[in-house]
Amino acid sequence: MIAFKMPSLGADMEAGTLVEWRKSVGDQISHGDIIADVETQKGLIEIEVFDDGIIERFMVEEGAKVPVGTVLAMIRPVDEKPQKLEVSEAPEEIKKKSVEQAHQTNAKRLKITPLAKRMATDNKIDYGKLKGTGPEGEIVKKDVEKAIEELAVSGTSPKVSPIEKQPIPSSTSQINVPSQKSIRAAVAAAMTKSKREIPHYYLEKKIDMSKSLDWLRKTNEDRPIQKRLLSAVLFIKAVASSIEEVPEINGVWEDELVIKNEINIGFVLSLRGGGIIVPAIKNADLKSIDEIMEWLNEIIPRARAFKLRSSDLSEATITLTSIGEGGADKVFGIIYPPQIAIIGLGNVIDEAIVENGMVGIRPVLHATLAGDHRATDGLVGSRFLDALNKNLQNPEEL
Amino acid sequence: MADENTHKITYREALKQAHWEALRDDDRIFLMGEDVGRYGGAFAVSKGLLKEFGPERVMDVPLSESGFVGAGIGSAMAGMKPIVEIMTVNFSLLAMDQIINNAATLLHMSGGQVNVPLVIRIGCGIGRQLAAQHSHSWEPFFAHVPGLIVLSVGTHEDARGMLAASLKSPDPVVMLEYTFMLNREGEIPADPFTVDISKAKVRREGRDISLITYGNGVYKCLEAAERLFELGIEVEVLDLRVLRPLDEESILSTVSKTHRAIVVEDAWKSVGIASEVLARISEKAFFELDAPLYRLCGAEVPIPYPKHLEDASVPQSEDIIVAIKKILGHDSV
Amino acid sequence: MKEAEILNIVYGLLKQVAPETDPSSLTLDENIRESLNIDSYDALQFIVALSEKLGVDIPEKDYGQTGNLKNLLIYLEKRLH
Repeated sequence: MIAFKMPSLGADMEAGTLVEWRKSVGDQISHGDIIADVETQKGLIEIEVFDDGIIERFMVEEGAKVPVGTVLAMIRPVDEKPQKLEVSEAPEEIKKKSVEQAHQTNAKRLKITPLAKRMATDNKIDYGKLKGTGPEGEIVKKDVEKAIEELAVSGTSPKVSPIEKQPIPSSTSQINVPSQKSIRAAVAAAMTKSKREIPHYYLEKKIDMSKSLDWLRKTNEDRPIQKRLLSAVLFIKAVASSIEEVPEINGVWEDELVIKNEINIGFVLSLRGGGIIVPAIKNADLKSIDEIMEWLNEIIPRARAFKLRSSDLSEATITLTSIGEGGADKVFGIIYPPQIAIIGLGNVIDEAIVENGMVGIRPVLHATLAGDHRATDGLVGSRFLDALNKNLQNPEEL
Repeated sequence: MADENTHKITYREALKQAHWEALRDDDRIFLMGEDVGRYGGAFAVSKGLLKEFGPERVMDVPLSESGFVGAGIGSAMAGMKPIVEIMTVNFSLLAMDQIINNAATLLHMSGGQVNVPLVIRIGCGIGRQLAAQHSHSWEPFFAHVPGLIVLSVGTHEDARGMLAASLKSPDPVVMLEYTFMLNREGEIPADPFTVDISKAKVRREGRDISLITYGNGVYKCLEAAERLFELGIEVEVLDLRVLRPLDEESILSTVSKTHRAIVVEDAWKSVGIASEVLARISEKAFFELDAPLYRLCGAEVPIPYPKHLEDASVPQSEDIIVAIKKILGHDSV
Repeated sequence: MKEAEILNIVYGLLKQVAPETDPSSLTLDENIRESLNIDSYDALQFIVALSEKLGVDIPEKDYGQTGNLKNLLIYLEKRLH
């Protein structure tokens, strides 16, 4: 049996609200299927499943807010025998039943001390059947001891009472667009954690963009308007190629540096009305320029509509933030934990550049890197920015 | 209780012997406080010490708690080992700035470079009709402060032994002594002994319920335990002794043994030592509990003057007996 | 096509890109992207939409002529006729 858990969609996520099950108990599911919608601070996220099998049981009801790591459902792998219990129970029925149970237990709430309850559970005594002799009629240690003795004498097999089901408050949450406040809170949590825990170092390199911009202009001239490329595409590709040359910059800090083989670049999107969201482009090194543009065309509208999937938001191994045209000239980023680096690209501006003893005017990009000094040293970061520069001088090879 | 290995002594005499011994053994130790010299101490604890050790070692100070506690902190920083007496806990508030902002904090603020080996003794708790001006139980105020070691001198043994242990501490110690007990006689070991000021102490063993207490509560709990024993109820009495840092291990250990606990203290109930002790039990020994936890604390009033009201303002052994009977169930034991 | 019609189309498309803004409050000289807080991706979407709606090609080298309403209207007028 596989326990399907509430995924973590970033360092800032502590809990999520299960808004809707997209599948039913008994449904056949396979890798990549969307199993549920979960409300987070970043909005309604579609949660994918990564196993093949059949949904055996839901552990969490719709409307319940649960911490990251909570088991949401049990999935039976295809080759495993089904369990007979509860398979046919629809979630709607579970909900009704547990509400009824809650009312019943409230009506005649059992009083038992923590010690007595622990002893009863350890000895498999059904304490629901015991008579309490405590001052308020509660079951105390003595009552359980007596029951254990009687059991030993009579030899009857002990019966375990089922654990009471906790009624989960079901809220009918229809909000699928997160509030300004919750986005702010998510950004605040992640960035505070980062600045508190990560010793950042900062590097900056000026990159002459003449060749890249020329290449982009020429490429776009031949393309219909719908197929034209944004400079962001070139940046993402150049970053991916540079990571291939300096792989130490791509990873996470888990009490030690864990270098990742996959290059998944988190790309910072600012939201209209404030806040940011950082979907990741998976295996950016294996994607062509056009595939990256397609990804942008697909992800940006979804991100802005808060319709991201769990896989869009997890597993980034490095972050890229690009200020874009008309913005600030430089950006020094704050690393998104547990990653170990963030690359910041400023507005491309014309600057005087000295080359071969001559001063010329060139479009210049100020590229920065903030690195986690626990994981890497400035030399690694510096090699990365050098590689980025080199790659942007040879755009046709990207 | 009395046998050849113990002798009878008043609480006051036990404190005085501790001072005499300290002054004799170490030249760096001196006593300063209001009326500790010529008058012999407001409660006569230091009577005769001036004559024997001279005005350099037993020093009368002006009526300025902030001033002379500050002077004590300064001399401790400079290598002396001062014992500063504050006459009653009410007056200690005037010295709170020195105690908290300097004594308790300097080690931290100096990055570990400056420690303050100072002992502050304070007369605490109800006296005998000394009213709200001189009678409060403000142990919780001090126990709240990181950087202090806070001791509650609840027995004759501790009155005799705690000072020597406190003078060995590299960090500031606040010793709370109890005016109410000064004339009370008690047994202490005849041979020299030492007191461990990092541990609580079980004053009486029992298996049915734990009374966790300190200060004036210790003898009241022992008295209640004695009377309940006649009814077949075996009460364990744990004297906390150290209010900061709390000896959590001893607390959890007695609760794990008896599975029931009452905390008894003269201090006001809200936000007191009892609250802290019970919180830790709930956090760390919840599954040992066989009964709700309970507190018997001081009434939340300024200590009244009239005798019957003064008595009513703090828990008495009668109250303890009633509470224990209730928790154990009247007929079940 | 009349200038007023083109302007209406421009307003409509800008509204799609920046829904919470009021494009009709733009003055003729104002920088559209700055005033409506439109990033490069949204700018591209706007140009694509404009080109599809009006049936004109807008090469990248001409993007500079689309910065404010005045220039944009002159440019579109020219391309349409």
